[in-house]
Amino acid sequence: MKKLLVLSTALTAVSFAAQADVTVASWGGAYTQSQIEAYHKPFTAATGIAVISVDSDNPGPQVKTQVEAGNVTIDVADVEFSDAVRLCDEGMLETIGMDALPPGADGTPAAEDFLPGAVTDCAVSTIVFSTIYAYDTTKFPEGPTTIADLFDTTKFPGKRALGKRPKANLEMALMADGVPAADVYATLATPEGVDRAFAKLDSIKADIVWWEAGAQPPQLLADGEVVMATAYNGRMFSAEVADGKPFKTVWDGQVYEYDLFVVPKGAPNKDQAIEFVKFATSTQALADQAKWIAYGPARKSSAALVGLFNDGKTEMAPYMPTSPENMTNALASSYEFWVDHDAELNDRFNAWLAAN
Amino acid sequence: MADVSASGPILLTTADGRPLKEALARAQGQAKRRAFMLVLPLLLFIVITFLWPIAQVLHQSAYNPKFSDNMPKIGAWFAANPIGTEPDEAAYAALAEDLKAAAAAKTVAVAGERVNYEMPGTRSLFTAGGRKAKTLEPPFKEAVLAMDAKWGDPALWGVMRQVSSAYTTDFYLAAVDLERDPDGAIVQVPENERVYVNLFLRTFAMSAAITVICLILGFPVAFLLSVLPMRYSNLLMILVLLPFWTSLLVRTTAWMVLLQGQGVVNSLLVWAGILSDDGRLEMINNLTGTVIAMTHILLPFMILPLYSVMRPIPPSYVRAARSLGATSWTAFRRVYLPQTIPGIGAGGLLVFILSVGYYITPALVGGASGQLISNLIAFHVNKSNNWSLAAALATILLAAIMLLYWLYDKLVGIDKLKLG
Repeated sequence: MKKLLVLSTALTAVSFAAQADVTVASWGGAYTQSQIEAYHKPFTAATGIAVISVDSDNPGPQVKTQVEAGNVTIDVADVEFSDAVRLCDEGMLETIGMDALPPGADGTPAAEDFLPGAVTDCAVSTIVFSTIYAYDTTKFPEGPTTIADLFDTTKFPGKRALGKRPKANLEMALMADGVPAADVYATLATPEGVDRAFAKLDSIKADIVWWEAGAQPPQLLADGEVVMATAYNGRMFSAEVADGKPFKTVWDGQVYEYDLFVVPKGAPNKDQAIEFVKFATSTQALADQAKWIAYGPARKSSAALVGLFNDGKTEMAPYMPTSPENMTNALASSYEFWVDHDAELNDRFNAWLAAN
Repeated sequence: MADVSASGPILLTTADGRPLKEALARAQGQAKRRAFMLVLPLLLFIVITFLWPIAQVLHQSAYNPKFSDNMPKIGAWFAANPIGTEPDEAAYAALAEDLKAAAAAKTVAVAGERVNYEMPGTRSLFTAGGRKAKTLEPPFKEAVLAMDAKWGDPALWGVMRQVSSAYTTDFYLAAVDLERDPDGAIVQVPENERVYVNLFLRTFAMSAAITVICLILGFPVAFLLSVLPMRYSNLLMILVLLPFWTSLLVRTTAWMVLLQGQGVVNSLLVWAGILSDDGRLEMINNLTGTVIAMTHILLPFMILPLYSVMRPIPPSYVRAARSLGATSWTAFRRVYLPQTIPGIGAGGLLVFILSVGYYITPALVGGASGQLISNLIAFHVNKSNNWSLAAALATILLAAIMLLYWLYDKLVGIDKLKLG
């Protein structure tokens, strides 16, 4: 609801905006807020170019729709890795490239400063985010601790909120079913593996509440609609630390990946858009963002600058997906897998959802 | 008489000597043109914003040039060689040239996506092929197969032949859970991938249920509206219209607040001791939530046509029936009810057609079990970007509604429809 309001306001704003403003489509809520603080405001201060923020459940498909329809209104979009690769393959993105990016604040060339694989021809990573699950500590003082507990309704009864998409759910289901993180995608590439993942999801289907926008799971937890929820880790951090909700994140079985900025082909303000991407992925901007939300910066030189949350007392390290203590049983999301199997698994997932 | 026939018919002329008939036709033609000019803006508006988009959707449901436009040479080979021809060196040469050209134009993934719809997992075969296509040298058959042995799969060649024609029925097949097997025969998709037929059935069943509930709830209200003295009925009318004027989103969100587990209704029931705290009713994120919210939202569409039909029915008819010895039930059934049929038809048709295409409410309160076919159409438009499939689903929905409209015309007569 709120999202729709913001979206319609933003769309109205777009139509009134001056030509040179950069329109950035992102995921809304606390995440967009962190980008506004760390990227948009400093960028406007430095260049005089206003930045308009548009919210979306997932900007990737939106970029594709706009480019295919030949009516591009977005200048910069924040997308997942599989979408960045796919859109780039289909010639729907402007090329940015490593050479265009500024070196780190310590002088390290961009190619060495970014984490491995974080920059592609068309896309530049901003952060590492993770899909985790969190629970309501008032319901479970002892708390679930493993990914298997998410699927254990006998030990931890109550509703769970899961994202309404196959991605991350299938991986988590397999890990909960005992597949080691390293074998998850090999298993999921076989029909038996897909069946196994769906069977595991099926075991808790009656207890699942589905969310579509990233801002929903903390809301569902806070409303008491569910006792645990999968979510993007930064959202749960914001609810937990900034809003002081009684939630706790479980890092076991987290699925992490990069989030990237792309510029759609035919973006109305392409030059300003690329300037914005360069600015937003600089050492300082990435480090600043970590002050607002618990996503790991994609530049090594930024990591050193990350310290406290903007409340001035919370250490960010324990909340970062990339912290060693959070990585004991973690899975790197495979864009190669999802680029290829997205359509097929979406069909299967929709059929499974619709079946009673 | 003889004079007249000799000199031909007498021509009536206007004052300036022109034949009257011609002058009249001219004047009338002018008036007609002027009248037409008046409706022209509306006509253009309807054609541009309504008929043209529908035509486009219809076209898109059967036309998908993603493969044929980007891989023209292999299409030519398929056209020249009948089904069952083993792909020869010429075929692989055409494939290699297409891959090269498509890779240069960055469209190889677009072509791959079209094949991927029919044969999941092949998209990366095309993108990888595009990356390596520059290095391909004759003999092409060996070169292509050396790139990836999957290129020799007869099923892949079958699918490529199928998608090399831009006009296709594939999306209609997919929309009713059918597909072509490698031999070209039409078969059902595997059971765990069937979704659309069930959703169509669920959509129609739920729309019918909502229509019936609306009728049961709306009929007494409309009756009350039509018989109450004006000052009371006006007040009641405002109660009907006020929600009607409120934004759809606001009303749906209000239902979310009311119906959720920790929501107003459940909390009241728990407070009153009717429910235990663990036994809270599940009224949202499922079918129940969708039916409750949609019934409330669509109720005015039932009440208003009913009211407009009931208002002019003279109360003396029922009184006459009673005075002739009919019981109140008989008087209602034989005298009053038949007179309200045009209103029931109009309200029923309106509510049913609106609920068949409903999108926002099921998306917000429907959870998984309360989803309707329109949510899947939206999914394919916004998320999976398979517009052809979305168009095929929408076309089937449109056809079903036209059929319903035709049936109504046959059974009740469209001229009896009274919308207000």
